[in-house]
Amino acid sequence: MSILEYNGGAVVAMKGKNCVAIASDKRFGIQAQTLSVNFEKVFEISPHLYVGLPGLATDTQTVYQRLKFRQNLYELKEGRSMSPKAFCAMLANMLYEKRFGPYFVEPVVAALDKNNEPFIVAMDLLGCMTTPDDFVVNGTCSRQLYGMCEVLWEPNLEPDDLFETISQALVNACDRDAVSGWGAVVYIIEKDKVTIKHVKTRMD
Amino acid sequence: MALIELCHLRSNVNIIPFQEVDELIPSVEQMNLSDSLRLALSATGQPIDFKQFSHTENGKKINFEFQHGTTTLGFVYQGGVVLAVDSRATGGSFIGSQYMKKIVEINDYMLGTLAGGAADCVYWDRVLSKQCRIYELRNRERISVAAASKLMANMIYSYKGMGLSMGMMLAGYDKRGPSLYYIDSEGTRIQGKVFSVGSGSVYAYGVLDSGYKWELTDEEAYELGRSSIMHATHRDAYSGGIIRVYHITADGWKHITNQDASELFYARKTKDL
Repeated sequence: MSILEYNGGAVVAMKGKNCVAIASDKRFGIQAQTLSVNFEKVFEISPHLYVGLPGLATDTQTVYQRLKFRQNLYELKEGRSMSPKAFCAMLANMLYEKRFGPYFVEPVVAALDKNNEPFIVAMDLLGCMTTPDDFVVNGTCSRQLYGMCEVLWEPNLEPDDLFETISQALVNACDRDAVSGWGAVVYIIEKDKVTIKHVKTRMD
Repeated sequence: MALIELCHLRSNVNIIPFQEVDELIPSVEQMNLSDSLRLALSATGQPIDFKQFSHTENGKKINFEFQHGTTTLGFVYQGGVVLAVDSRATGGSFIGSQYMKKIVEINDYMLGTLAGGAADCVYWDRVLSKQCRIYELRNRERISVAAASKLMANMIYSYKGMGLSMGMMLAGYDKRGPSLYYIDSEGTRIQGKVFSVGSGSVYAYGVLDSGYKWELTDEEAYELGRSSIMHATHRDAYSGGIIRVYHITADGWKHITNQDASELFYARKTKDL
């Protein structure tokens, strides 16, 4: 078993029409034992910028705290907020710093940039970025998620349809993974609002 | 032999009389057909270490040996025996099926539960039901659960150390009343009132032990079995799917309910979860 599968968990992000969505499951477990059903892996970095950190739970928290620390330094120094691109570069750099003893997280970033264009990025645990123009997935059921997204996603989804698509993709992928699920949370990021919805999933 | 000479066949042609053929070619298939207890050995005579086949030559993982995680339970009470099981089959963390049938009907008065290697359990349960039927025909009475469980334990024991993996319960009703046995591939065979087997058994025991008493009514017993499995499926990642409940009385076994574990969870959901 890989250490990335020790706690379980999955994150997915999708582009829509003038909106973007990111979702994660809520399980925290140690191998087969489910310990908590409200462990969220998606964090707000700034009002239009969210990061999901599936993988080893201890690193999920550490990486988030260090990200927040570096972002605060940046914003104090520069006197302006961080662009999604700059944030990703920082995150990728932070991960590669630990090239020979990595953090076991595989980040997913979802944001609207300054022109309100959707922006999604996925990384591996060493900080290699990929920027497709449809969807990104990471976590223990990434293969199941690829299958679901490949079938359900279509271009220019409105916020409501995007919510339905990403929820169905995540919920059904988790139903084929023993160590993900136990509730899910979906963030729909639009120009002037962010909607957070908690989705019911199978609890076994 | 006279015919051979008559036909002018050369004596070095190897012609074997009919009845000798069987003795000369003891094929594996024939062995197992005539005696289901005999399984083919590997070419080396040693059991195969399955770990060496866990990856393809390209390094891709192969998912065999389905169903290691399971929760099954059974208990004897005033009204007979109740068995309850989950239905999830996993290969690693992948959920292969949510609809496995982990209770096997051995005959009208006896049930077996599966945990461990699915193929091992299904095969040996089938052999056992054959043995039980033969016993019935020979002795003109039903086999006792004690005898059946000993047949099973002995069969499995003869393959001890060969890599069989199973933990099963045998429950039934015979002339001595209701009874429940636990048997596993290590050769253990114990009679008892309350058992739970599988990766989720620790969670099931927690609920089961706190709610069990001999005087349970039938409905209370079903409910205890059901909620034990439900809580186990919630905590154990490798258990889930459908909760199946069976009841055995003097009239034989009866299937009580099939219920979705997750739906049951939401129906019972308390605020503290």
